[in-house]
Amino acid sequence: MSFLNKMKKTTLALCLSASCAAMVSAQDIAIVGGTVHTMSESGKLDNATVLISDGKIVEVGTNVSVPSGFETIDARGKQVTPGFIGAFTSLGLVEVNSWAGTVDSTSANVTVSPTGAALDVSYAVNPDSSLIAVNRIEGFTSAATAMSNTGTLFNGQGAMMSLSTDSQLIEKPRAFIVTGVDNGAADRAGGSRAAVWASLQQAFEEAQSFSAASVSPTSEWHGLTSKADAQALSKVVKGEVPLLVSARRAADIRQVIALKQRFSSLDITLLYATEGWRLADEIAAADINVILDVQSNLPYGFDQLGATMANAGRLHKAGVSVAIGMDTHNIRLARQEAGNAVANGLPWEAGLASLTSNVAKIYGVDDSLGSLEKGKKANVVVWSGDPLELMETAEQVIIEGEVMSMESRQTKLRDRYLSRDASKPVQHTRP
Amino acid sequence: MKLQRVKSLSLLTSIAVGVMLSTGCQEQATTESSPLVTIDKDPFPSTYQPLPSQTVVFNNVTILDGIGGQIENGSALIQNGKIQQIGESVDVPSGATVIDGEGKWLTPGIIDVHSHLGVYPTPDGGSHADGNEITKPVTAQVWAEHSIWPQDPGFRRALAGGVTSMQILPGSANLVGGRTVTVKNLPNRVAQDMKFPGAPYGIKMACGENPKRVYGEKGGPYTRMGNVAGYRQAWADAQDYMRQWERYEADHKAGKNPKPPKRDLKNDTLAGVLKGEILVHMHCYRADDMGTMLDVMEEFDYQIASFQHAVESYKIADKLAEKNVCSAMWADWWGFKMEAYDGIKENVPMVHKAGACAIVHSDDDQGIQRLNQETAKTLADGNRVGLDISKAEAWTWISSNAAKSLGIFEQTGSLEVGKQADVVLWSADPFSTYAQAEKVYIDGGLAFDRTNPEQWPVSDFELGQTGEGDVK
Repeated sequence: MSFLNKMKKTTLALCLSASCAAMVSAQDIAIVGGTVHTMSESGKLDNATVLISDGKIVEVGTNVSVPSGFETIDARGKQVTPGFIGAFTSLGLVEVNSWAGTVDSTSANVTVSPTGAALDVSYAVNPDSSLIAVNRIEGFTSAATAMSNTGTLFNGQGAMMSLSTDSQLIEKPRAFIVTGVDNGAADRAGGSRAAVWASLQQAFEEAQSFSAASVSPTSEWHGLTSKADAQALSKVVKGEVPLLVSARRAADIRQVIALKQRFSSLDITLLYATEGWRLADEIAAADINVILDVQSNLPYGFDQLGATMANAGRLHKAGVSVAIGMDTHNIRLARQEAGNAVANGLPWEAGLASLTSNVAKIYGVDDSLGSLEKGKKANVVVWSGDPLELMETAEQVIIEGEVMSMESRQTKLRDRYLSRDASKPVQHTRP
Repeated sequence: MKLQRVKSLSLLTSIAVGVMLSTGCQEQATTESSPLVTIDKDPFPSTYQPLPSQTVVFNNVTILDGIGGQIENGSALIQNGKIQQIGESVDVPSGATVIDGEGKWLTPGIIDVHSHLGVYPTPDGGSHADGNEITKPVTAQVWAEHSIWPQDPGFRRALAGGVTSMQILPGSANLVGGRTVTVKNLPNRVAQDMKFPGAPYGIKMACGENPKRVYGEKGGPYTRMGNVAGYRQAWADAQDYMRQWERYEADHKAGKNPKPPKRDLKNDTLAGVLKGEILVHMHCYRADDMGTMLDVMEEFDYQIASFQHAVESYKIADKLAEKNVCSAMWADWWGFKMEAYDGIKENVPMVHKAGACAIVHSDDDQGIQRLNQETAKTLADGNRVGLDISKAEAWTWISSNAAKSLGIFEQTGSLEVGKQADVVLWSADPFSTYAQAEKVYIDGGLAFDRTNPEQWPVSDFELGQTGEGDVK
């Protein structure tokens, strides 16, 4: 008890800083009696308690007494998980995709970054986007966000973001860089994988030779990359920043494994990995993670003929760490995708990990996100039942200890029309 | 069932005779009357042939009948391609396969009213983009069935999702996109082999953003008001065309030996709508767009069978109920375009609860594989705000309501005695993520059996390729 009070005082003292908005309203909360999926070594705990204070988890266990002054959430008969993490989104960068104004998730090729590596979405995320609440109230509390197309080699530097109500959502800027070696990448590179790979090799070699100490804004730099690109990529070749690579056919995935042999520090995660099941053992041995589009089981191109919903289960069985969820407006549907992966061979626990701990590990944020353990951020969801079941729902979402409103623009539209007063114009009904 | 050839559409009142108009016969001047020229309304007749019919008894199974009923521990008998008996117990004919359905569910096959399988098949390059005739805003003369590639791997994926029939439509680039076709999900060598015997034709029309985006810089329409002028002019032209034929027929009857009007394929189809023979399925997202079309419908005296996508139907569900127009909707798609910005998850149940016809559709080669799941999601969302709808009622959104909107409810869309045995046996409650279609019967033939990989259908395209015959 006393240490909690002390922490609260510390928090208030710290609240002169800009990022304390959520912490001011963070509560002392005890979630009691639920089935808690810790996604840690503690595994699943029945009839367990999660204690939250000052935005952090302070205790998780079956023999935890609730200190006085804690607001209790009764989770008996319910399931408790870490907040889900959108594995690959453009949240905060797009409101309406098509023909309705600026979309920050796409750009033309720009001079400052001829290879696209320097583009930085952490400046572009809009915390007032309506998509954030729509997905938050369905259990998503953070996300990786990135551009989807820059017209060139790299899709810029993505960020880890919170889906809280704060004014500043970026939790980790420049958290990863995205590229591709699939049909789409070949088309962007002029029509051939031969061009993609020559460009990638050149860009990484330039990045290896880049030294921030010796390169200044006025010094000469001749390369495929700009100085800004090379600087961003230098962290990738050192393994400090993860590299996400779109690859679908087996042959492309083999080339990505070979890339890692040439640049051994690369921390690689495959996007799509449609035919990953064909070389699951090699992917596992190369310590490469995957983010899957589980339900894409059709041969959209000749580089995805082997598409199958069994991919997730087969990769997991070989020891590959599987994350699930590639969408933006409806990243909330990643739990349906994970459920379908489970229906097609992925163990249930791995399905839950694909939305939580495995995503956190890809982005190196597992010290604070993706599991329910002492000291982690208190991003917690109380579900009406099995979170991978379609008819269950997130009943309460907590982000950094703050109990979130379960409202969104969509729930307001719904409530307006459910309670419409036929005697008045609809705009006079405020839900 | 014997091979069926359909010479006239079920809704037709007049008998169509296959006398084709030829230049020679028009110009032949004789003192006697030339034979009356008529238009063959079924020039591409169905050559559908079902799989050999099974005699199967399902026992001890949870049955959703597709018209709102649920039977616990029920039984059903299918034989000779039809549903023969259904209830608490049924007779077991000699030679019948008896399936213990404990823990399993039996439903009518899913009907997707909005698919582009075959016309936008995979692989999806330009060489396969056969769904939108983006050359003029009104292309009522084109027929989706002439674009269908039966080897689209998507049909087999949809089959594994329990889809037994579907409507295949042209895309939504045009004000009038062309004729739709309803098919059984049993592709064979040519498109006619799939055509649902006796199903009426539909016509695809589109409101809103797509036509003005496509044609705004190509001569128009540039705006929504331009769209509406385009529909109205098309109907007015069709009325004129109908009058020409009526005059010709009257003059012929009066022995005046008239010259027949020049045949116009576009107006053939539009006139078919105005005569009530062809059903209108109109892509429309916004409530105000739909409201406008309800008036155009009155003005030209035709019926819209369904609004497709109908993202804002929840705003005008009372009007849709009054005008007897179905809404075919997604569970939760939204925001990809401005006219989809007000999408909500309770659209389907709110429309249903208002007494209007609600349908869950896919418009998607992945979504079509999980229409049961889409139904489950939106049902749960509706019930959480107190709409109090049963699973049995909700199944109507992908069975009977879908069948009614396509004009095939007399044949399929429910588990009722005498109906076609389009039936799915689910491994578990199909409102669960983990349930899978275990056995799918079309006209009593076993089209898909998840437990028997050797029998899974494989399209020509996938033969000899990576993943042939794999789990999909």
